[in-house]
Amino acid sequence: MTTERIIRVLVAKPGLDGHDRGARVIAHAFRDAGFEVIYTGLRKTARQIVNAALQEDVDVIGISVLSGAHMTLCPRIMELIREAKLDDVLVIVGGIVPGDDIAQLKDAGIREVFGPGTSTGEIVRYIRDNVRPIQIPTDN
Amino acid sequence: MARNISKKPAGRDNVGRQVSTTTVSGVPIKALYGPADLDGIDLETELGQPGQKPYTRGIYPEMYRKRHWTMRQFSGFGTAEDTNERFRYLLDHGQTGLSVAFDLPTLMGVDSDHLMSEGEVGKCGVAVDSLEDMETLFRGISLAEISTSMTTNAPAPILWAMYLVVAEKQGAPWSKLTGTIQNDLLKEYIAQKTYIFPPRPSMKMVVDTFEFGFRNVPRWNTISISGYHIREAGSTALQELAFTLYDGIEYVEWARRRGLDVDDFAPRLSFFFNAHNDLFEEVAKYRAARKIWHKIMTERFGARNPRSTLLRFHTQTAGCSLTAQQPSNNVVRTTVQALAAVLGGTQSLHTNSLDETLALPTEHTARIALQTQQILAEESGLTDTVDPLGGSYYLERLTLEMEQGCWDYFERLDRMGGMVAAIEQGFPQREIQLSAYAFQKAVETREKIIVGVNDFETGDTSPIETLSIDESVAERQLTRLRTLRAHRDTGRVDRARQALSKAAREDVNVMEPVLECVRAYATLGEMCDTLRDVYGVYEEPGF
Repeated sequence: MTTERIIRVLVAKPGLDGHDRGARVIAHAFRDAGFEVIYTGLRKTARQIVNAALQEDVDVIGISVLSGAHMTLCPRIMELIREAKLDDVLVIVGGIVPGDDIAQLKDAGIREVFGPGTSTGEIVRYIRDNVRPIQIPTDN
Repeated sequence: MARNISKKPAGRDNVGRQVSTTTVSGVPIKALYGPADLDGIDLETELGQPGQKPYTRGIYPEMYRKRHWTMRQFSGFGTAEDTNERFRYLLDHGQTGLSVAFDLPTLMGVDSDHLMSEGEVGKCGVAVDSLEDMETLFRGISLAEISTSMTTNAPAPILWAMYLVVAEKQGAPWSKLTGTIQNDLLKEYIAQKTYIFPPRPSMKMVVDTFEFGFRNVPRWNTISISGYHIREAGSTALQELAFTLYDGIEYVEWARRRGLDVDDFAPRLSFFFNAHNDLFEEVAKYRAARKIWHKIMTERFGARNPRSTLLRFHTQTAGCSLTAQQPSNNVVRTTVQALAAVLGGTQSLHTNSLDETLALPTEHTARIALQTQQILAEESGLTDTVDPLGGSYYLERLTLEMEQGCWDYFERLDRMGGMVAAIEQGFPQREIQLSAYAFQKAVETREKIIVGVNDFETGDTSPIETLSIDESVAERQLTRLRTLRAHRDTGRVDRARQALSKAAREDVNVMEPVLECVRAYATLGEMCDTLRDVYGVYEEPGF
């Protein structure tokens, strides 16, 4: 027998900007969807984010970037994720990312990028469909 | 025949169309307003004449018949050379005031070569590390003749000091300078979150600038008390107004505690509001703002100079209302919002560019945005008469409700012990967060329609050309910074920083020692480090 455990998501805010409306709205929506959510707070380095992901044993990292620094910050986070052997963690990005950059971010290991106007429902569905297996055997 | 083929929400068709019955902020609206809605209201007292108390209808008797609002487009990107070029372009195309956007490292008080600056240099605005960059930024622009607004908060005293020293070098007397520093730290803790120091030392430095300003730079607005960012963070129109005006109260309280006379500094307080899509709600907000501020300044603070009681404000159209889908539609949204600002009697206006949700504007989109204002000013007839919507049953009712809503919030904030205390308890932050989430849910359930996003989608996703800032900007900036550090008088820099540290520790006004640091070419990051050592840094409480 198996049972589904609760999906754990880290909402991460790297970079210098303080635009946290998106991060807070999506965190709220994840909680309403029944996920367990950890929010890093503002201005975290790549290392702080990956350390938090390790400690909290999350299934998903949602990176919110609106400063334009995504091409520097996201690949760095991915490098550290590989170093930490967290390859099965689903990493997605939300924010302002020009079309040309999206392909490069995906090459770097970001699984999906959600732009302005995306509904929170769409992101929740994407996570449920793509997260690593969360079935765990139950003791009889 | 063109036909909308997108799926309609249940129970809605073209005949029995269910129209939205709340404003964009969720305030219920009736089908019709009439004389009964203004029963018992003495319009003469509530409105007065334009240019007369309580200034509901405008702060000047003739408003735009005499002079249009200042068209002030916020701009800045890349290095100081890049932005200087854009400034000259905008001035050549009829812009009448400058407004500087700084990059995130500058706003956060770290130099371009700091670890946290990587990837951020010149991205969201112009990179300024020292006086040298500020000199380049205004090269060929006479500071005695132009008014400049600088969007800077935590490091405001430093960037203002840099501007003052550039003026000094140009031979422009400080008494002639006009402009604004945003310098509103309270809304940083509440909404925009580009804070460095904790609230209390931040408030102390704001009062330092008030004090220095009225003595030395009397025509400068030492603060722009801002609702813009509160709204962008997701507040309602009422929350934007109430929190902003109450921030104003808090600044006046702190300045009075320093012993300043309200009539010395209050005429230099200015405001900054958002213009969102709901035209009448926005106009009501601006009219209520003037009326409430007049009452606060006369009744709560006993101002005697009528100028102390005038609420002058800048407006920016709502960035958060724009869509990445079919970006050309954003020109229309911006026009409606600009219309609200003008009908509400704004003193200056920034209209967003259509590509705002994607990137900083290109020269092309920046020009459309500026010309939107020029069309409103020159072609629409809007400027021919003052407060043309005044007397509308609907608008006057909304204005009264907006005012009452503010007094209710003020009472709660007073009970909490003022805005700094409320922020420490997370109150305004929580209120805004709940509104932001409620709006998002209304969009997702299609209670609120956004054309091209949750209805009338066209499926057209063809990309538009946007401005991109490459990493060569950072390289150029780092080279300049290295050269600067190698060539300046380090002894003078050290002495100036020690004097700044001493002033901060002894709780005296920091403006003079900051000016000396600037003249010595200390960098912005160095000055902020000196202040961080004394004041500490702010960490947002979890909530």
